[in-house]
Amino acid sequence: MYDALLAETVTLTGHGGDLIEAYSARPLVPGPTGGVVVIHHMPGYDAATKEITRWFAAEGYAAVCPNLYSREAPGADPDDAAAAARAQGGVPDARLIGDVAGAARYLRGLTSANQRVGTIGYCSGGRQSFLAACSLDLQAAVDCYGAFVVGRPPEDSPLAVEPLLHLTKDLNCPLLGLFGAEDQHPSPAETAELEQELRRHGKEYTFHTYEGAGHGFFAVDRPGYRPQAAGEGRQRVVEFFGRHLNG
Amino acid sequence: MCTYLTEKFAIDGSGKGARGYFPLSEAMVYVDHPQHAPYEHTVNIDFLNPAQGPSARVAVELTEESALALIEAVRQALDLAPPGLASAPADVAG
Repeated sequence: MYDALLAETVTLTGHGGDLIEAYSARPLVPGPTGGVVVIHHMPGYDAATKEITRWFAAEGYAAVCPNLYSREAPGADPDDAAAAARAQGGVPDARLIGDVAGAARYLRGLTSANQRVGTIGYCSGGRQSFLAACSLDLQAAVDCYGAFVVGRPPEDSPLAVEPLLHLTKDLNCPLLGLFGAEDQHPSPAETAELEQELRRHGKEYTFHTYEGAGHGFFAVDRPGYRPQAAGEGRQRVVEFFGRHLNG
Repeated sequence: MCTYLTEKFAIDGSGKGARGYFPLSEAMVYVDHPQHAPYEHTVNIDFLNPAQGPSARVAVELTEESALALIEAVRQALDLAPPGLASAPADVAG
């Protein structure tokens, strides 16, 4: 089997027509292939997120991860960029939607594209994946322990993070949620509330909550890594995108 | 969890980053995931100068105990010094 990949930094047109940096990884095949927009976590457009992007390419998808901090910190180290973005109040929701829309447009513009695009995000990116799926034409979305879909951060936080529960009615595609039973943000009670809302609106979703796992259980370089939950979760993602992004 | 909590305030002094000393103009304190410290959450302190770009940053990630010890040590050091010794001169501080 021919399995060559191409991974590279590209420029794509994001929110407001801004040119933003992105990391693209795709199999060198004529297609047709589905596309995956990888939304990086709050600590930034980092090596771990680029590795996730390459994972999707190895799974047969064209994947792209937009650098959501391109504007605040072009060319900076991911941790410095994350601090700069935090200092400026974080990524506004409208800009996130515009950047994910640009990433989806980039993927659909590839000659190999089958026009089916999904999103996946971890941590703050999980929330943003849900937000994108409620706002854009997408075919699948994965929310990995995204906080503040339900509930809101403390009053004195300068970050513009609003709850998204009221957008559930607008969800445009099937949703896969992967959560840790020990996580407090989102807590099992919060994911249950989201689940109830999804049911109420007749949305297609699948949630898995892993016992013994807390926030960030996919992150192999963090103490919260839970190999069993992460392994099962990865398999769920592969199956989910296989169902919704192929064809 | 991502706490999103951030305390941000203006400061006056200098810090040493990857390219040497630079003037500091603001600081952020937040309890959230660290980049490097081997814990789920830490007290993260960034000393910044946004005018010099994102890399003008001195960052520390401390356990809660370490952060509290730091607060105590700063207070103790200031208590031992004559009052106002390290204050910004009025004409500089504005």
